[in-house]
Amino acid sequence: MMRHCCENGASCHHKNPSDQKGKTTRFRVALAGNPNTGKSTLFNALTGLRQHTGNWPGKTVLRAEGTYSFKDVTYTVIDLPGTYSLYSNSADEEVARDYIVFEQPDVTVVVLDATSLERNLNLALQVLEMSERVVVCLNLMDEANRKGIRIDDRKLSSKLGVPVVKTAARDGKGLTELKETVEGVARGHIQTRPFRIRYSDEMEEKIKTIEADIRTIFGNDLPSRWIALRLLDGDPSLTEALKKRIGKEESTDGAIAQPPYPAEA
Amino acid sequence: MTTVIPLSEAVPGQTLRIRRLELNGTMRRRLLDLGFVPGAEVYVLQKSPLGDPVAFRVSHTTIALRKEESSKIFGELPGGEG
Amino acid sequence: MEPSLNPLIRPKHNQLDTLASKARSLADPDNRDNMVSSIYKTSRAIVGDVVQYTDRQQRQHSERLDRILTSKIWGYPIMLAMLATVFWLTIAGANVPSSMLAETFAWLEGYITLAFQAVHAPDWLHGLLVLGLYRGISWVVSVMLPPMAIFFPVFALLENFGYLPRVAFNMDRLFKRSGGHGKQSLTMAMGFGCNAAAIMSTRIIESPRERMLAILTNNFVPCNGRWPTLIVLSSLFMAAGVASGLQTFVTAAVVLGIVLFGIVVTLTVSWVLSKTALRGVPTHYTLELPPYRRPKFWNTVIRATLDKSLFVLKRAVIIAAPAGVITWILANLFVGDMSILEHIVAFLDPFARALGLDGYILMAFILGLPANEIVLPILLMGYLSTGAMTEVEDMAALKQIFLDHGWTWLTALNMMLFSLLHYPCGTTLFNIYKETKSPKWTFLAFAIPTGIAIGVTFTVAQVVRGLGWV
Ligand SMILES: Nc1nc2c(ncn2[C@@H]2O[C@H](COP(=O)(O)OP(=O)(O)OP(=O)(O)O)[C@@H](O)[C@H]2O)c(=O)[nH]1
Ligand SMILES: [Mg+2]
Repeated sequence: MMRHCCENGASCHHKNPSDQKGKTTRFRVALAGNPNTGKSTLFNALTGLRQHTGNWPGKTVLRAEGTYSFKDVTYTVIDLPGTYSLYSNSADEEVARDYIVFEQPDVTVVVLDATSLERNLNLALQVLEMSERVVVCLNLMDEANRKGIRIDDRKLSSKLGVPVVKTAARDGKGLTELKETVEGVARGHIQTRPFRIRYSDEMEEKIKTIEADIRTIFGNDLPSRWIALRLLDGDPSLTEALKKRIGKEESTDGAIAQPPYPAEA
Repeated sequence: MTTVIPLSEAVPGQTLRIRRLELNGTMRRRLLDLGFVPGAEVYVLQKSPLGDPVAFRVSHTTIALRKEESSKIFGELPGGEG
Repeated sequence: MEPSLNPLIRPKHNQLDTLASKARSLADPDNRDNMVSSIYKTSRAIVGDVVQYTDRQQRQHSERLDRILTSKIWGYPIMLAMLATVFWLTIAGANVPSSMLAETFAWLEGYITLAFQAVHAPDWLHGLLVLGLYRGISWVVSVMLPPMAIFFPVFALLENFGYLPRVAFNMDRLFKRSGGHGKQSLTMAMGFGCNAAAIMSTRIIESPRERMLAILTNNFVPCNGRWPTLIVLSSLFMAAGVASGLQTFVTAAVVLGIVLFGIVVTLTVSWVLSKTALRGVPTHYTLELPPYRRPKFWNTVIRATLDKSLFVLKRAVIIAAPAGVITWILANLFVGDMSILEHIVAFLDPFARALGLDGYILMAFILGLPANEIVLPILLMGYLSTGAMTEVEDMAALKQIFLDHGWTWLTALNMMLFSLLHYPCGTTLFNIYKETKSPKWTFLAFAIPTGIAIGVTFTVAQVVRGLGWV
């Protein structure tokens, strides 16, 4: 039997788009972010599709894909369920986590709610810890302006080491700039130097020990620092997920994997 | 003088500064991710119609917690202020 | 990435295990706090540097609104009033477009029939395609489309405004009491649109136990395939004696009552399950209440209307159309002096009567397993001696068909109750299987509602008859 590769359309793992011989260049762009920050709205604005949106956290539970063209290049956009953190445990959040961590899109756009930046940066910093090509999208700028919230995007960009773009997805504002920036990062025209959190010396020491072992097992395919952190966080489910990964089985698709209850309790 | 009380004992209108969380596992992680980290300020917004859960403002967002969780988050009331 | 070769897997697994235990020895409850604290400290420093907050008033807009919408006094009344208003708008608004659509279809049918005659098409072909297929689609479209095209835009406005999480906030206590999760009300709200989609939305509930409760009970929220049955029957039979000006109010009130009953059943079933097969204590719960947002009115309305209309039309063509054909065939193939359909009905009839229904109704529910949309059309088709569905010109004619088959208000009520409570549609069951990966729980998702539907309708029928009310 053929190896399942493109089962979900775009789960193929092409780190370098030019790998695809003969075909036009294609980049994969994932939209990640906290719940309810306007990812699906942005997805719709970019692709012209009609993902459902709603003003409550958790509207999107499955990932969706669409495309747009920009300067003769096709971009596949992946709308992910919202997640508060890459260490979370609900089924919808795992879909997002697994995509960002294991599939490693060409560009990860972290969509932030400009009105609650502090909480949103929690996730953004986690993504920056493990991905190189990141664009930060400050969405809901219309609301932020109305609420008298002023954000210095240049300063933010220089602090985070990745480009920052302001958008109001619902009004279609800032999309061109976002596409330009995504293109720049995807092609490597824009160099990113993602901000990496430094933990306490003791933590960094622990990370280093574990990280080396992870590299011997997985090579450079997976973000070793992230896995180290996650193991140190004491997550038992990760070892299983990684074994599955080795066994080439599909990464968790969010279903309740086994019947969680005995027949009679 | 400061007093340390669980969030569940604070009343709407009060602000607390979080001292510690006496929870473990995924719930601890989730609360930390939502901004209930030591040092953060939490403002008690209001109770739901049946008394529980209660909505809190933390890190510019509104999060509702049940008593089970809020009673395990301890914070200090800034001295004197009610 | 290179595919791993099988012989390589084993040693790697072992390596991983070693690694995991090494990590465990280094793991320390403080790690977690150290990490998140470091991240938050950094976020706070960055925010302090790049963000300026000026207008405090504006930011507290939502909080002021919440003081009313989730207040002790007004929280529940406003919730009920909103629900009632949505129903009333749907019922009041759907009448005229429904009959207009029906007239248009009837008018078109005349021409299609002429065309069939012009090419000398055989009778059975006309019967199959026009009386079966075409009428099946016409029925579903004229009865379903208008209410759905009103209900869903209104609902979408509420959803985009940000009201749903407040419902979850208000109702959480009730769900906790019954052992469930407050976010179950969000998944129930999704159920109004489509139970199959709502099953997927239960993924927002982290705890497997509470998620299973939400899955097993989602069906007690009527989906868009069942609204029309509820609306049509309550307007024909429940609001009949009332002055005409009040009819839409009474209809809306009855529909509201049915929906509230569904919520009561949901809570009760959750409670029983969490004391038995899904025993356990409520796990943790956090719910974010996003700020209220003024929806983009026309955008939201137009999009929701188009989406829902397309959805209904698609279902009509994919499911109602073949069902129309099958029902027509069953009704026109004879074994002995009765059609196959009549044999089935005769077989089901005694049991159905005990539930206050009749054999036709039960058959319609059984054939309607693939999609609830087709239950009412199949029922009507069954009732007509020709075996073809009646034209949908007139509500009075519709009621007459029911009355001719011995309907009373009890029949209507029990059909509504059965519709509310019975097994989920095929697509929903399939999604339940996909999400639970368990034949056992999928079967329970079928059996529990069905048992309740039978129990409730039987009890109602016996009580009403015993008291001599019909
Ligand atoms: N004012 C304003 N509202 C927006 C903007 N972008 C999105 N919204 C609204 O914010 C709400 C959430 O949008 P979604 O696109 O559903 O958010 P999401 O990030 O996909 O949410 P999840 O799927 O739950 O993670 C919706 O009500 C949108 O209409 C924006 O730029 N400005
Ligand atoms: Mg979304």
